[in-house]
Amino acid sequence: MDTEACRNVKIRVQHLCKSYEKLEVLRDVSLDVFEGEVVCIIGPSGGGKSTFLRCINRLEEYNSGTVYVDGQNISAKGVNINTIRRNIGMVFQHFNLFNNMNVLNNLMLAPVDLKIYSKEEAKALAMKMLDRVGLADKSNVYPDQLSGGQKQRVAIARALCMRPQIMLFDEPTSALDPEMVGEVLEVMRELAADGMTMVVVTHEMHFAREAADRVLFMDDGQFLEAGDPDSFFGHPKNSRLQDFLKKVL
Amino acid sequence: MSKILSTYGPLLLRAMGQTLLLALYGLFFACIIGMIVGIMSVIKNRVCKGIALVFVNLIRGVPMIVLAYFIYFGIPYLWNTILAIGGLTLSALEAGTICLALNCGAYMAEIIRAGIESVDIGQMEAARSLGLPYWRSMQRVILPQAIRTMIPSIINQFIITLKDTSILSVIGFPELVNTAKNVVSKTFMSFQTWAVVGVMYLIVILILQQAAKIVERRLKRGHRSL
Ligand SMILES: Nc1ncnc2c1ncn2[C@@H]1O[C@H](COP(=O)(O)OP(=O)(O)OP(=O)(O)O)[C@@H](O)[C@H]1O
Ligand SMILES: [Mg+2]
Repeated sequence: MDTEACRNVKIRVQHLCKSYEKLEVLRDVSLDVFEGEVVCIIGPSGGGKSTFLRCINRLEEYNSGTVYVDGQNISAKGVNINTIRRNIGMVFQHFNLFNNMNVLNNLMLAPVDLKIYSKEEAKALAMKMLDRVGLADKSNVYPDQLSGGQKQRVAIARALCMRPQIMLFDEPTSALDPEMVGEVLEVMRELAADGMTMVVVTHEMHFAREAADRVLFMDDGQFLEAGDPDSFFGHPKNSRLQDFLKKVL
Repeated sequence: MSKILSTYGPLLLRAMGQTLLLALYGLFFACIIGMIVGIMSVIKNRVCKGIALVFVNLIRGVPMIVLAYFIYFGIPYLWNTILAIGGLTLSALEAGTICLALNCGAYMAEIIRAGIESVDIGQMEAARSLGLPYWRSMQRVILPQAIRTMIPSIINQFIITLKDTSILSVIGFPELVNTAKNVVSKTFMSFQTWAVVGVMYLIVILILQQAAKIVERRLKRGHRSL
């Protein structure tokens, strides 16, 4: 583990607890994600995966514990969460493209509005990112005219326009027709190959197996098992993970 | 009928003008009140939410005629006699405008709240996750989408408010109903007069409804029309 100790920790989650009213959703969860690492989280529905992911950019407030992004405690006093979020791209299950603007404006909104880039720079960047996800010809189209797979690729491009160092994916392919899953996973694979730090909640076991550096199993608000894909899928130790894998594979 | 039209037609038309003027003033301020209170009721602040809730329920729970009397007679009495601060007089136009603005504003607030809440929560989350602050997300993403769904209800509310101006005849504002009453007391031709007044309202409201249809159709045609 010496090599890991030298690596840069991008996300450090310590003793995270979160509950809705009486329902404990996250129970003392800790995780370090290193620079350039791809971490996949799998687990049954209701296990707390989305909640965990959404705590990392404080889309969800947590009850106790600490989240550090790039060494910065995101809930510390005086921290501007908006500045931290610029560095964390998020991709949602239901895409959440802005319906009131076309693809190009979806991509340009935040960079221009936050004065990170001039209009011209933002446009050039947006076109570059669209090209990267293979949708340069769709820049003037509105979201409701895109297929699911195209929407999700635009959503990824939109997040990339903020030049984030971290990307969070919450079941990015779960709302897609099967024939469109591949194109989105392909974009994610390329991102991973480019060294992006990624946390991916997914039900795509093949993707987790090929693309992840580490896979985690979350159930009942805890990580019950973690490991490299080969041992995780090859020799699962936790009995609930064994059951889960039997069902989904 | 023709006597009413030829003798009192211009008078009634002018009264219609006053009615529209009052409605316009009222609606203008109602939009401002509705926007502020509507947004107050969706933001995550208990105090704001509470104030908005009390305001809306208070106004909706009091008949407009009571509100009109209260503002026109009650408030100056409170100010000048009970508190003895002095010299406040409200013209019928001022009191009427306040009354309409409050009344219509409360309903507009509800329309605006419902409109904002009808926008998928994911839109706000996506905007916030990019680092956009709450208000910018509201302005650039949520409100443009909310307004689309609100417009038909808002136009409907305009029509209701236009009709509600007739209630303000009780505080003596020379709008259409008040003027018609005077005409009837002079001529005793109540059938003819009220028929003419009814048709006048009808025409204006039909025009408004037509406009509403056109706007709705344009909104349906796609997002580009905004
Ligand atoms: N806003 C909320 N209010 C109350 N309970 C919630 C809320 N959001 C989530 N929960 C509950 O928290 C638990 C964890 O939810 P979460 O969405 O994190 O699970 P998940 O692992 O992502 O599941 P899925 O695979 O279905 O997406 C669930 O029991 C869910 O019902
Ligand atoms: Mg989930």
